[in-house]
Amino acid sequence: MTNRAPRGSKAAKAATSALHTLVEAPEVRAESPTRLAWRKLRRHRLAVSGGAVVLSLYFITIFAEFLAPYSLDYTERSKFLHPPTRIHLLDEDRRPSWPFVYGTLLVDPGLRRYQEDRTERYPLRFFAAGEPYRFAWVIPANIRLFGVEKPGHVFLMGTDQFGRDQFSRILYGGRVSMFIGIYALLLTLPIGVAYGAISGYFGRRVDDVMMRVAEIVMSFPEFYLLLALASVLPPQIPSSQRLMLIILILSFVGWGGLARVIRGMVLVLRELEYVQAAQAAGARVPYLLARHIIPNTASFLIVSASLGVPGAILGESGLSFLGLGIQEPDASWGKLLASANSIQTLTGSPWLLWPGAFIAAAIAGYNLLGDGLRDALDPRSRSGGGFGRSRRRRRA
Amino acid sequence: MIRYVARRLLQLIPMLLGITLITFVVMQLAPGDFLSEMRMNPVVSPERIEQMRHNFGLDQPKPVQYLRWLGGLLRGDFGYSFAFQIPVLDLIGTRVGNTLLLNVSAFLFAWVIAVPLGIYSALNNYRFGDHALTVGALLGISLPTFFTGLLGLYFAYETKWLPIGGMTSVEYDFMDPFGKMADVAWHLVLPVIILGLGGIAGLMRQMRANMLEVMEQDYVRTARSKGLAGGVVIWKHAVRNAINPLITLFGFALGGLLSGSAILENIIGWPGLGNLLLEAVQKKDLYVVMGSLVIGSIMLVTGNLISDLLLAYVDPRVRYD
Repeated sequence: MTNRAPRGSKAAKAATSALHTLVEAPEVRAESPTRLAWRKLRRHRLAVSGGAVVLSLYFITIFAEFLAPYSLDYTERSKFLHPPTRIHLLDEDRRPSWPFVYGTLLVDPGLRRYQEDRTERYPLRFFAAGEPYRFAWVIPANIRLFGVEKPGHVFLMGTDQFGRDQFSRILYGGRVSMFIGIYALLLTLPIGVAYGAISGYFGRRVDDVMMRVAEIVMSFPEFYLLLALASVLPPQIPSSQRLMLIILILSFVGWGGLARVIRGMVLVLRELEYVQAAQAAGARVPYLLARHIIPNTASFLIVSASLGVPGAILGESGLSFLGLGIQEPDASWGKLLASANSIQTLTGSPWLLWPGAFIAAAIAGYNLLGDGLRDALDPRSRSGGGFGRSRRRRRA
Repeated sequence: MIRYVARRLLQLIPMLLGITLITFVVMQLAPGDFLSEMRMNPVVSPERIEQMRHNFGLDQPKPVQYLRWLGGLLRGDFGYSFAFQIPVLDLIGTRVGNTLLLNVSAFLFAWVIAVPLGIYSALNNYRFGDHALTVGALLGISLPTFFTGLLGLYFAYETKWLPIGGMTSVEYDFMDPFGKMADVAWHLVLPVIILGLGGIAGLMRQMRANMLEVMEQDYVRTARSKGLAGGVVIWKHAVRNAINPLITLFGFALGGLLSGSAILENIIGWPGLGNLLLEAVQKKDLYVVMGSLVIGSIMLVTGNLISDLLLAYVDPRVRYD
């Protein structure tokens, strides 16, 4: 911190500058905590790569319409459980050529074996017209990053049992998976913080009762409670409402742990002298909590936010995987992975495991980022290295 | 110590009451009841449905229903399963054993792997091995069990090394007792590895942190300075103290394991509590859902209690008040 003289007082300013010249102190501005944390985070190689993974996943899901060659419900019934389309860079005479794909024929319906039909050749087309869509919900458009002319098809990650392109569905479905975590957080964070802060600030009886209630919610195995809650969702409601209810459920299950830690921090903070000074100066409780106490939990909140999002993503994926979350024809990564949940389908069509890889990437990205944030925001941690110690973390 | 135990047990009473209350309220949120489906069935007469409503006490006000259900719980009567046509407790009883077998084995497996890795990581602090293990742990923690479960099944199918799902072979009923045990153990390998995998990461990181902390303590320096061999210092002074806090993790880990195993049981076809809960949820088998939820929480609470008591037992610094 630089030394600040009272404002508007010329004499004070002069005195300060005189003092500076006297001790010949160079004009060094101390780094603000935020800048310091940001600098530490950038040096943390793992955190940076985690953050890059998370950002690119958001990027591809936001621009899904443009990046995906097909729409969400585009169905090619004759090409069910089709393996990923091979993109050829060499033609029949093994000479380099513009990337192209062959048409395919179902040669064995029982074993779902497809064979390339060398007589049909479809060059890959970039920025070509495809299925129409609305960009950003409003602007009608039909330009897609890549595609092939009909009746050819390009299924980068194969198709599901209805003949829908899995790659496209992963991109669209990622929207639900990636954003549900953030929405759930927007609910969990205020509830957990307010609950914990009130409980910790008032202490005694209030604290006793509030913490017992939180402990009861936490004493259910998380996923058991999720299952039971999801089972009471009415079956015939629009998917947007269903999504909101799922977010509600995820937050209901998740606030307890956060509230307990915040409460512990507030118990300590309220005894500090500056808080007591504010109390003595007549600050009201809501102001005191919002202005003086909760901001001091900020670094913990940032870390728990980055570790709470993957928890919600896992919760939604798990529910959808078991058929209790997102319903057809909508997609989420968990829902897509559910098509692999049968040993016959799985062994015949291992490409159906792809959505799982996306879930894992999202969770890993967030975990790496959260771990780095924890180190960067912890004033006691070493600034270098990039591998700090860690305490316990959530998993499902 | 005895007073501490008694106090902890007394604290469980309001907690269990709360658990049953939440369970009951949640299940009341469901639209309709399990008789709604029966009403659609033309074979079942309306009089019969009225009869059943009366028998199950569904015509009573909600608080009375709750008290009746709670009274039943206390007598060990968890209600009746409509889908399986047997008392809920009989149904849950066998499943709880299977779930515990899976979870406790997975925990032990994770422990056996994680503790040496954590020690290694701490002793090679900030060297390549430590970094590799740290990254591996972070990635391991990020793999959801429903993904690793499917990968494991695929692996088992491709290699034919391990049985594909289930808890027993087809010929299980004709085996002698030892054969039966071996058969279950053989089926246990895959789910235990999958479930334990996620647990390893957390435990290992915890062990590493504990170990680093202990290694900086004065008594370790004293031990070194009086000339004890490095191995003795590490194994006798450091490791023993670093392992203590891991014991408390048992309760915490159990929560994560139970949640993880709920989905894994479904994928692998392990006849456990999580699998039962899912089946019951799909069939709207009310009393089974409520029973599984209550039993699942009791398992978790008991796990927490056991780990607290264990810690109080092994660590004399823990105060009993």
